[in-house]
Amino acid sequence: MTQSIAIPKPSRPWRPSPRERVINISLVLGSFLASYLIVLSTEMKGKLAYFFVFFAALAILNFALGLITKDWMSGKDQFFSVLMLLGMTLVILPTANILYTVFDRGRAGLHSGLLTNDMALSTPSDPITNGGLTHAIVGTFLLVLVALIASVPIGILTALYLTEIKGRFTRPIRFLVQAMSGVPSIVAGLFILSAVVYTVTQSYSGLVGSLSLTILMIPTIARTAEEVLNLIPNDLREAGVALGATQWRTVAMVVIPAARSGLITALILGVARIVGETAPILLLTGGGDKINLNPTQGAMGSLPFYIWKSFLLGTEESITRGWAGLFVLLVLVLFLFMLARFLGSRRAK
Amino acid sequence: MTADSSKKEEKEMTTPASLASIAAQTKQPGTKSLGIGLEARGVHAWFGKHHALSNVSLDFAAGTVTALIGPSGCGKSTFIRTLNRMHEFIPSAAMAGEVLLDGKDIYEPGTDVTKIRLKIGMVFQKPNPFPSMTIGENVLSGLKLAELKNSKTDELMEECLVRAGLWNEVKDRLNAHGGSLSGGQQQRLCIARALAVNPQVLLMDEPCSALDPGSTLRIEETIKELSRTMTIIIVTHNMQQAARVSDFTAFFLSDGGPGEMIETAPTSQIFSQPRDKRTENYVTGRFG
Repeated sequence: MTQSIAIPKPSRPWRPSPRERVINISLVLGSFLASYLIVLSTEMKGKLAYFFVFFAALAILNFALGLITKDWMSGKDQFFSVLMLLGMTLVILPTANILYTVFDRGRAGLHSGLLTNDMALSTPSDPITNGGLTHAIVGTFLLVLVALIASVPIGILTALYLTEIKGRFTRPIRFLVQAMSGVPSIVAGLFILSAVVYTVTQSYSGLVGSLSLTILMIPTIARTAEEVLNLIPNDLREAGVALGATQWRTVAMVVIPAARSGLITALILGVARIVGETAPILLLTGGGDKINLNPTQGAMGSLPFYIWKSFLLGTEESITRGWAGLFVLLVLVLFLFMLARFLGSRRAK
Repeated sequence: MTADSSKKEEKEMTTPASLASIAAQTKQPGTKSLGIGLEARGVHAWFGKHHALSNVSLDFAAGTVTALIGPSGCGKSTFIRTLNRMHEFIPSAAMAGEVLLDGKDIYEPGTDVTKIRLKIGMVFQKPNPFPSMTIGENVLSGLKLAELKNSKTDELMEECLVRAGLWNEVKDRLNAHGGSLSGGQQQRLCIARALAVNPQVLLMDEPCSALDPGSTLRIEETIKELSRTMTIIIVTHNMQQAARVSDFTAFFLSDGGPGEMIETAPTSQIFSQPRDKRTENYVTGRFG
């Protein structure tokens, strides 16, 4: 005979009880009230005062709650929880604010022709619906593409040297790559200006702009790729070599395919690093107003240059154009980061 | 009886034995080679300044299964890795002695190490199928990695999987990824992968230590099956396993210093009447 067993209702005893929840909410409300009263009755003024007094009150009240209901340890635990909440808010707020401002202001500059027209026949102070930023998008795309072609092989080969060959120069090269990732972009721009433009090409072009971007991109790709390759278990390398493969065959057929999705992430992070880079672009590309498909010759527009130029002009229309440009650039970067996360989280098929 | 005199006696006892693996105990670098199979002569191994393995001489006759047993840290894995030159994969590693494959020292300068590893295959402790390849591609990966030509790849794939005892379980999903198999299946896939390049010798470094009893049994059957066509050397912590699968057993031990081979003999003899007290203590479970 089967005996029917009463299945208990699933519950979550570790969640706060209704009573605790009421206390927590009243603590938050109490902190609001406290911050309002304190700001009113003292010399402090403004949003910042409310913000910090609120968190200070919340921390003290939570500390007191922990101390009263449990013990000293629990009080400290509550206090530091609030501090961490404060830290998180301090990070999130400005980021959210920037995003909101750009999307809000950029919206005004969006129109149907934005992505299909260039500025060859319009000036930045024309009505918003004239012209567009095709030339800037195409330019940015070309600049990034050339920089990618130059920096991906160098970056990945550097990472392979650091993780697979582990030769005598591993330490200095790793140090150099780390130091390079801190090089200010204007330095990269000035270096290309003095080393290539003044001595060889004698003129602005997309290509020299890409060269400076390459300098900025290589360390990002090399470092990310190194981390990814380090995650590949050594077992796989040994398995490859034990099957009678040379080291190169093992790296090419086992290590790189196993790390493929991570390497793609490295590449996208490299692109995201340079796509909004402005300083070297201002120095080197000349920033044209019409579509230029030839990176080796002539001025080449780009999104950062377009934004800089629009804001510099200072008329109402041009500033709106600048915000629209920022909007497009930000969407582009966000898209790239999301793509990187997607490709990075996906398991190697 | 002092330790010295007991050692002498051991040596005297070994001489009448006709089995190559026993006679090998006294062999030193430079002595005459049998010319077939795998022979280690006075092998030492170091990691940096740490002397991990001292003066191991062992012969592995063609077509035999030899089990290497001993407590952890006694140099079994180090020894097995010197046999196909995987030892040098560790940056600080050093070695001395000779390893002769068909009479030729594999450490001779100018030897093509990839050819050596083709002839002496290896199965590792942890199953390590290539994650970016399908089951079928994993089996044939050795051919691609070593740039070997083979026109009958489908037949070869089936043959290797059958010999590794995996064919029936995977024949309908050869295009699935290796990671989708269970641990025991993955290990048999790794064995199939090692077989595809047709090695003369197969080294197995604790191939069953990460597996459940059922998978272990399947792999032991595979080992018996394979021993008809190749020489197998298996490191194991499982003494029943050594007793079940091997023809010869070598006992390794480290008394705080470098690991040494204490004794080698036909497996039944090691487990029934070992000559050395320490071997007896170990196989009867009194230490280690």
